[in-house]
Amino acid sequence: MSIQTVCALLTLVAILALSAVVLRVRILAQEGHDYAPVQGNAYRIRAIGFWILVLVGLPISIWLFRENPYTVQATAPQVINATGYQWYWDLDRSEVAAGAPVEFRVTSADVNHGFGIYDPTGELVAQTQAMPGYINRLTHVFETPGNYQVLCLEYCGLVHHAMITEIVVTEGTTNG
Amino acid sequence: MADATYTQGRVATADRGRLWVVLYLATTGLVLLLMMLAGLWMRLAQSGWLYTDPALFYELMTVHGTGMVGIAALGGAAVLWHFLSAYVRLNAWVMGANFALFLIGVVAILVAEFIGGFGGGWTFLYPLPAISQDVWPAWAAAMHMGGLLVIGVGFLIWCLELARAIIATYGGLGRGLGWHVLFRGSTQNVPPPTVVAATMVTIVTTLALIAGAAVLVMSLVNLAFPAVEINPLLAKNLIYFFGHTFINATIYMGVAVVYELLPRITGRPWKTSKVFLAAWTLSTTMVLIIFPHHLMMDFAMPIWAMVIGQIFSYVNSFPVLIVTGLGALAILHRSGIRWDMVSTLLLTSVFGWMAGVIPAVIDATVVVNSVMHNTLWVPGHFHFYLLLGLLPMIFAFMIYLARDEDVTPRGGDLMAILYLAFGLTFVTMFLVGGWASVPRRWAEHLPEWQIWDQIAVIMASGVITLATIFVAMFLVRMPAMLRAR
Ligand code: HEM
Ligand SMILES: [Cu+2]
Ligand SMILES: [Cu+2]
Repeated sequence: MSIQTVCALLTLVAILALSAVVLRVRILAQEGHDYAPVQGNAYRIRAIGFWILVLVGLPISIWLFRENPYTVQATAPQVINATGYQWYWDLDRSEVAAGAPVEFRVTSADVNHGFGIYDPTGELVAQTQAMPGYINRLTHVFETPGNYQVLCLEYCGLVHHAMITEIVVTEGTTNG
Repeated sequence: MADATYTQGRVATADRGRLWVVLYLATTGLVLLLMMLAGLWMRLAQSGWLYTDPALFYELMTVHGTGMVGIAALGGAAVLWHFLSAYVRLNAWVMGANFALFLIGVVAILVAEFIGGFGGGWTFLYPLPAISQDVWPAWAAAMHMGGLLVIGVGFLIWCLELARAIIATYGGLGRGLGWHVLFRGSTQNVPPPTVVAATMVTIVTTLALIAGAAVLVMSLVNLAFPAVEINPLLAKNLIYFFGHTFINATIYMGVAVVYELLPRITGRPWKTSKVFLAAWTLSTTMVLIIFPHHLMMDFAMPIWAMVIGQIFSYVNSFPVLIVTGLGALAILHRSGIRWDMVSTLLLTSVFGWMAGVIPAVIDATVVVNSVMHNTLWVPGHFHFYLLLGLLPMIFAFMIYLARDEDVTPRGGDLMAILYLAFGLTFVTMFLVGGWASVPRRWAEHLPEWQIWDQIAVIMASGVITLATIFVAMFLVRMPAMLRAR
């Protein structure tokens, strides 16, 4: 399952759960009751919620950070130097091999652009910003061969939506 | 746990800026409807149902973003001013001054966009305003950013007036946040929830506006003297610190209507407990430091900033979810009320705020951000909490004023429910777009994405119809409201 699908399902479940609570409040609001017991319950729920958020959520959040693109460094990667221009991508190479790391060195010659890599099914698999004056190094391993598209993911003016180029990922290993 | 208690005392508010509050709301309503139509147009363009020149699309996008952020602040300011007036002495001329500057700024921005053709986005990300390949002239960029600066100065004066009044009444901003209660256990001069919220809002908005003004001035200088360059990463940090904080603060302004009206509707007090104060102090700091979650795809940022962006974005959801959200639900639970338009809108707003936090927190996780950043997931999350969190607060406040500040249940709430239904489906289509990897801010969409856009068009039409009804309910009562001053 893609990260996108996991996130969408997570969001769906969380919002449905919240909806159930809100709906219950909505329906039961009509019957009057003393506030004190309701409030006592709410304090209990708050305490439980707080400890779940801290004891379960926080470790997960911290644990998830180890999966970050900043510290990834591949030895002898295939290198693609990519520069964004209004409104096209300039790649010094557009064919790489699957299964071995590719390092994209991404920058821009004018305004900010976004370097978004889409797999052949149209799913976004990795991205980094293309900022003038900076080179962002994005390491990615293409698992399956095919034609990948690079779409611009930072608004850069009139032709932002047509700033697309292609990377061909081939079977097997080539030299980096 | 809770010891210091404030029980809602005063009811009808002696609001000395009343005329201005009404004018703010009228402007908010009218601009809101226009901006919604601009939004509908964008959705129509993306759906393939209405051909739109990309230059026009990006002008509409810039106007919609800027205008919506502007009226979110204007409407939020009206709510907060009105309720804060019950506790501190505010000078009404400040509302007038801010209003005048706002209108000047709006005119400048409209000229820049529709005559000058400016389409640099509401985030005016350096150096795009100056480098457009001659799609728009430098004067249009200068006019847009100058207009923003004027509006920013207006809100800065407004914030400083709030700060002055809070300091005059409570003896300091720390006391406005209730630190004497929180840290020293005092039970004297406990700030009511609205004052606590107002203190948070003035602190964070003032800082946001200073950063915003700084980067605007730098960008204007760069426009005039292109040789004077700005570090683009610095500019981006300043812009997102400003933008993130400013738009976030609007809902913390609007929440005053929840704090003030729910106790009156249900007859149950909203306590200023220590937990409540701790939550607001936490929000104050978190809102200021989590903006790096907008820069996670800038690998040149220091890693510690990314850690803050991820971990604290998550922690920042606690106060909303388990203090304000849960608190509102508890006040309503088994309260014996009869639902009407105002109370249902308030319930909607609590739901919209809490639910809107969820996709935001998820996207503020670096692994997720790598494949969700700048997709439609992002407009999905912020339309969620603005359309279904902030706007229902503002609509509830409008109707409350139109009903002469009487909260006795009146009439049905079908329209509030329909608004929620249309709104929820509308924002879901953005989220689905994000799930399907659709980039945000694209004038043209691929055919396989357009089914979601088309559903969104229909839902947006429903949202706009209902918003028009809410705004009309306010506008028709405006003459009477002004006479009754
Ligand atoms: C009927 C209601 C609305 C519709 C149809 C609508 C539609 C849209 C669309 C189509 C976009 C561009 C999405 C993209 O990136 O492709 C957008 C962006 C945006 N909207 Fe809305 N919107 C509505 C309500 C609101 C409200 C109530 C607010 C705030 C109070 C708001 C604030 C924004 C902002 C800040 C942006 C970002 C602009 C940018 O990316 O530069 N919108 N909206
Ligand atoms: Cu680009
Ligand atoms: Cu672009």
